[in-house]
Amino acid sequence: MSRWLARFGEALLTLWLLVTLCFVLMRTAPGGPFDFERDVAPEIRARLEARYHLDESLPQQYLHYLGQLAQGDLGPSFQYPDYSVNELIAGGLRVSLPLGLAALVLTLLIGVPLGLAAGWHRGRWIDHIASGIGLIGLALPKFVMAPLLVLCFAVWLRWLPAGGWASGDPRHALLPVIALAAPNLAYAVRLTRASLIEVMASDYILAARARGVEGRDLLLAHALRPTLAPVVAWLAPATIALVTGSVIVEQVFGIPGIGRYFVQGALNRDYTLVMGVALTAGIVIILVNLLVDALRVWIDPRLRQNET
Amino acid sequence: MSHPVTSTIEGCISAASLRLRGLFGLLCMVVACGTSADAVLDRGNGPEPTTLDVHRGAEVNAQNILADLYEGLVTFAADGRIIPGMAERWSASADGLTWTFHLREDLRWSNGDVLDATQFAASMQRALDPETAAPLATLFGSVRNAPEVMRGERPASMLGIRAADARTVIFELTKPTALLERLALPIAAPIHLASLKQHGLRHTRPGNLVSNGAYRLVEWTPQASVLLERNPHFHAASEVSIDTVRFHVTEDANAEQQRFLAGDLDLTEVVPPGQLDRLRARFGSQLRISPYLGSFYFGFNLRRAPFANQPALRRALSLAIDRDLLTRYLTGLGETPAYSLIPPTLLGDAARLPDDARRSQAERVALAQHLYAEAGYSREAPLEVELRYNTSTPHRRLALAVAAMWREQLGVRTRLVNEEWKVFVQNRRRGRLTEVFRGGWIADVDDPLTFLEAFDSNSPTNWTGYSDRGYARALATARDTADPALRLCRYAEAEALLMEAQPILPIYFYVSKHLVRDSVQGFHANLLDRHPSRWMRLQDAKP
Repeated sequence: MSRWLARFGEALLTLWLLVTLCFVLMRTAPGGPFDFERDVAPEIRARLEARYHLDESLPQQYLHYLGQLAQGDLGPSFQYPDYSVNELIAGGLRVSLPLGLAALVLTLLIGVPLGLAAGWHRGRWIDHIASGIGLIGLALPKFVMAPLLVLCFAVWLRWLPAGGWASGDPRHALLPVIALAAPNLAYAVRLTRASLIEVMASDYILAARARGVEGRDLLLAHALRPTLAPVVAWLAPATIALVTGSVIVEQVFGIPGIGRYFVQGALNRDYTLVMGVALTAGIVIILVNLLVDALRVWIDPRLRQNET
Repeated sequence: MSHPVTSTIEGCISAASLRLRGLFGLLCMVVACGTSADAVLDRGNGPEPTTLDVHRGAEVNAQNILADLYEGLVTFAADGRIIPGMAERWSASADGLTWTFHLREDLRWSNGDVLDATQFAASMQRALDPETAAPLATLFGSVRNAPEVMRGERPASMLGIRAADARTVIFELTKPTALLERLALPIAAPIHLASLKQHGLRHTRPGNLVSNGAYRLVEWTPQASVLLERNPHFHAASEVSIDTVRFHVTEDANAEQQRFLAGDLDLTEVVPPGQLDRLRARFGSQLRISPYLGSFYFGFNLRRAPFANQPALRRALSLAIDRDLLTRYLTGLGETPAYSLIPPTLLGDAARLPDDARRSQAERVALAQHLYAEAGYSREAPLEVELRYNTSTPHRRLALAVAAMWREQLGVRTRLVNEEWKVFVQNRRRGRLTEVFRGGWIADVDDPLTFLEAFDSNSPTNWTGYSDRGYARALATARDTADPALRLCRYAEAEALLMEAQPILPIYFYVSKHLVRDSVQGFHANLLDRHPSRWMRLQDAKP
């Protein structure tokens, strides 16, 4: 129990450091939220700055922000004054979370079995196919893959929309999920294959074989768990990257996810939005790491022993 | 909030999935849905609008939507002409300083509330109130007491706009102004003050937003789309052909074009850079390119060396570049070479062809070399200059080409500096670092004054630091001229003075570029590039 409390304290400290660092970085960046292509009259500028407390000293602004944050309020967006940052992030997550999770499930459902098959039948045709998929998936970056998918399935075949978003309409989600999953899928195949091959060469597999365990039993009862350990470890960064959105995929498909706010917020000097997305990403990273750690302990008994 | 399109789509999805399963079923749904969505106009609209507050929305993406939601006293016809809007007629006094607008009978808001003249006056007070901080408020600087109100020195109630009775609005001006052009903008539209008071910043949300234009707001998904449907209380509702309009956020021009090709969009906001003949071959009559009220130029910082007090040197740099080459091969979409600031169409008959435009390029270069030498520079002792622009591929290509032309014709050594947008904008405004910088102006109103005012010595957009008494006098004389035709001549004279001093290096006049599906009727090219959906019709179902 105390270990979990300590981890919680650690997480809070990390988030506070993150917020402080972001605050300092954003305010020291040259140019501000009210530097527009067409400059506004000085008196209008002054009013705008006063509305967002930018006329106060930096420590005052910082304390003001922390006070807001303590109440769960991320403040109003500078660039989109009709919305609060809470609303923008919630709206983005409602799109990015399901898309990212769907891509993750697709990655695991196809990638892991394919990797296992390739590693098990090393050097056979299935191995060559899996390696080919892995190579293509890794070689095609998202900004090539996404427009290619649009060209094939939307412009030529006209099966799916080329972009846009309508909540509840799965047709809009299909291509983005594929574009998000592809590079991860390729990585999952390679990782699983390599891991299985390594495991198969280990002493305990040799021992199991000596005892006459072969075929499916060997794979499922002895090789699978250790094979999955590195895949589970890789799950943390993969999940984080997937659910926090991808600005490229969002722009190509016109998806209102959270990824674009990382870039847009910084470019527009939308201070509150940047702090909001950084904080959200921080929370996601901490949560996913906790989850994956628990999963690793479950999958690898040696970790449990180390703890006691 | 339910709306007909989604429910039809959902309906056909659920109906189809009952009968068919698997991939085949999915494909059938797609085909079935493609043909049922023909009552919707899908418009690409560029980046997410920053706000739908009718008085604050200043950028084109917001104004496109606001022009469908709201209507001012006057409005834009399909071809950009000013026509009666909420006012059925108006008159101006002989000195052009008092304007009287008579509202149509029985005007209603989208929720059925009565809209009368007092609400127009109160809305204008709100628009110019410094608390609103509307970016375009300064366009109404000639309304009596407006400058004082905008500076917060007088209460908004002292503004020279009042309701004489329930159907009459009176504007009192201190200077003759192209008022109608300004009144057609969203900032001059009435706002439903009761819902503004009730909901504050959230008054722009679906369900809260009450509008008076041809459409009303149904759905707003930030970063995805804004859905409007026909407003039955609009005074000309029966003439509005398209029931539903969806404005899509299209940040990436290439992605927007793909969505047009896939049949998802009927109308795009831009066309990605490409060669004109190839685009024409590919899109034919769907490619719409027409002159736009914008001017692209490089500015000289006149506050510091090497360009302070060096009009001849500035002119030499301007003459040395070949605008025909730049517009033919770099911008390439029909932009016209510019030798002055104001697009000539804006000045009409008063437009004068600048001397430099009449010369051949060889003559221009010879003159440039002469002026360059006179300013004390030579190939052996060349001018070293910095050209600053915000990071973007078209800007970089243009800057490179201009630097190459300077080097070839004069031997000028140019340092190209690109900066991230906000940094660039800040540096340009402060004017401490810049020498030559990327400039440009796109007019909000069909009025040459907006171009010229940017060079007024106390204008916040006077990035060059140009300040000249003669120019200020010429501008003041023009502003005080009541006769509109004569006023245009005065503007042309002021522009000539400006170009003599050459604080800028004009390069080209913008064009507007869209892809418009052939089935969309009623889309007419116009200088301000305004295309209210109420004038459009969909001829047949989408492919």
